[in-house]
Amino acid sequence: MEGAELAGKILSTWLTLVLGLILLPSAFGVSLGISEIYMKILVKTLEWATIRIEKGVPKESGLKSSASVGIIQRDESPMEKGLSGLRGRDFELSDAFYFSKKGLEAIVEDEVTQRFSSEELVSWNLLTRTNMNFQYISVRLTAVWVLGVLVRYCVLLPLRVTLAFIGISLLVIGTTLVGQLPDSSLKNWLSELVHLTCCRICVRALSGTIHYHNKQYRPQKGGICVANHTSPIDVLILTTDGCYAMVGQVHGGLMGIIQRAMVKACPHVWFERSEMKDRHLVTKRLKEHIADKKKLPILIFPEGTCINNTSVMMFKKGSFEIGGTIHPVAIKYNPQFGDAFWNSSKYNMVSYLLRMMTSWAIVCDVWYMPPMTREEGEDAVQFANRVKSAIAVQGGLTELPWDGGLKRAKVKDTFKEEQQKNYSKMLVGNGSL
Amino acid sequence: RGPRHFNLELLPDAPPGVPKEGTDLLRLYHRFRALDRNKKGYLSRVDLQQIGALAVNPLGERIIDSFFPDGNLRVDFPGFVRVLAHFRPVDDDDSGMRDPKQPEPLNSRMNKLRFVFQLYDLDRDGKISRHEMLQVLRLMVGVQVTEEQLESITDRTVQEADEDGDGAVSFLEFTKSLEKMDIEQKMSIRILK
Repeated sequence: MEGAELAGKILSTWLTLVLGLILLPSAFGVSLGISEIYMKILVKTLEWATIRIEKGVPKESGLKSSASVGIIQRDESPMEKGLSGLRGRDFELSDAFYFSKKGLEAIVEDEVTQRFSSEELVSWNLLTRTNMNFQYISVRLTAVWVLGVLVRYCVLLPLRVTLAFIGISLLVIGTTLVGQLPDSSLKNWLSELVHLTCCRICVRALSGTIHYHNKQYRPQKGGICVANHTSPIDVLILTTDGCYAMVGQVHGGLMGIIQRAMVKACPHVWFERSEMKDRHLVTKRLKEHIADKKKLPILIFPEGTCINNTSVMMFKKGSFEIGGTIHPVAIKYNPQFGDAFWNSSKYNMVSYLLRMMTSWAIVCDVWYMPPMTREEGEDAVQFANRVKSAIAVQGGLTELPWDGGLKRAKVKDTFKEEQQKNYSKMLVGNGSL
Repeated sequence: RGPRHFNLELLPDAPPGVPKEGTDLLRLYHRFRALDRNKKGYLSRVDLQQIGALAVNPLGERIIDSFFPDGNLRVDFPGFVRVLAHFRPVDDDDSGMRDPKQPEPLNSRMNKLRFVFQLYDLDRDGKISRHEMLQVLRLMVGVQVTEEQLESITDRTVQEADEDGDGAVSFLEFTKSLEKMDIEQKMSIRILK
């Protein structure tokens, strides 16, 4: 039938183009420069759009600061001063004022909640999803926006989905095949080749542009690589430049298939859900892994959850109790081209991936940092904080002491008890009763 | 859909003391939307309870209560702003031009005092009973203070404020005991320009 023939011809041409222009170069780690040209055009377009928006918006109605600057005047003095100050004073009816003001201040602005939603952009990047309060400016801008929608959904999306499909299939098939081989250096080399190629294909599937800095500090075998977490794509970004042993829970479905295939070729550390609760077991297995110097470095995200890439939250101490050398890595995405943050309460994995594939591109910087080890007399928590600060400084992120688990759970009562303790000390500690 | 035209006049029916428009209001609107995680268009108690700094506040639950009067389960943006308006600094107003027949603006001294009074007066009967005072004190000190100590603090406080000897503190007695206090400074949140 003519229709079927035509469709067949189009499909085969399409696949040949994809193969020749994208897949083969990825296998050899070579770039044809197509994505660089695309990025240049994109940057010029966004600059033009920014200029037009700034010209068009009347001055009074624009919000000048971005979300990371505080919007209320804070009096950060300690509780004693805030409670009309003399030490050794009794309870006053007005004490409630202090707590109610602090409470309302937290409602207007708190440093944690804003980290679990996408960063606000200073100027619009022609994606509907980031259009918070940008007004209609001109016909030309809207026309460019429409063109952008067409390009993104009709040209880029099918291409990216094809690539992702090919990449994941190759990964599963490749690792299963390599897994059949007996353990040898050939097997390791092949497994690395398969992993790297498939990751590069997947990164192209997102139009990823990644800049690696300080490659001399790339994590070595027998070490632990630690990074800030923004989305599952972090894994992809790091594994494009090196092979890691991953740690995590065994999932079902597609993820599970990928996990089981990967572990045949290379010893990743997957835990059953029940095993994850047993911290000693987890620590023991990880210790065994890094003791073997031939095994790949472990990749861990100590925050435990995805944060929106404007700050680094509390690093859980578990990863820092294992011992060994820690190789910190800072990852910072450029939100102008696409928001990489996975808000797991808003989007499931599939809609998240679709959003990724319909953004302009994923642009990020990765900084490898000098290795760190636990010092004498430093406990795991202090060490974790030290590494966290180093990553925050390198990536230009703010540092927060709060636990990323606040995204899902309520804050622990122990923190409230601290406040109550401070207050009680003021009332009772003076012995005025 | 193309870029929207954003309407800055968000609260055309705002009571006195609540801004109808302006960048302050815009900021509060963004904050409201950020807190409304599932984009419901209103806030529930859970949305406020998830603010870490509020959850560790000893009076956190009471403050949240003030957003949901009369057993409401939802607060919309006007309701949100109405509560926050109590904390506007007083000098922000054009108070010199206020029409005396209009009800008092929400950020007047009286209304700020009333806001805190209602944190104490759970059953809204217009008086803070000894029992209600004990409850609030217990919230603020947790388990750090014994029952006897707490009772003696309560008795002393009620005695000092109670003028008509009914064993409870009415709103008038409350305001009188605080007449020397600089309420405006303690109960104001200033939004930076």
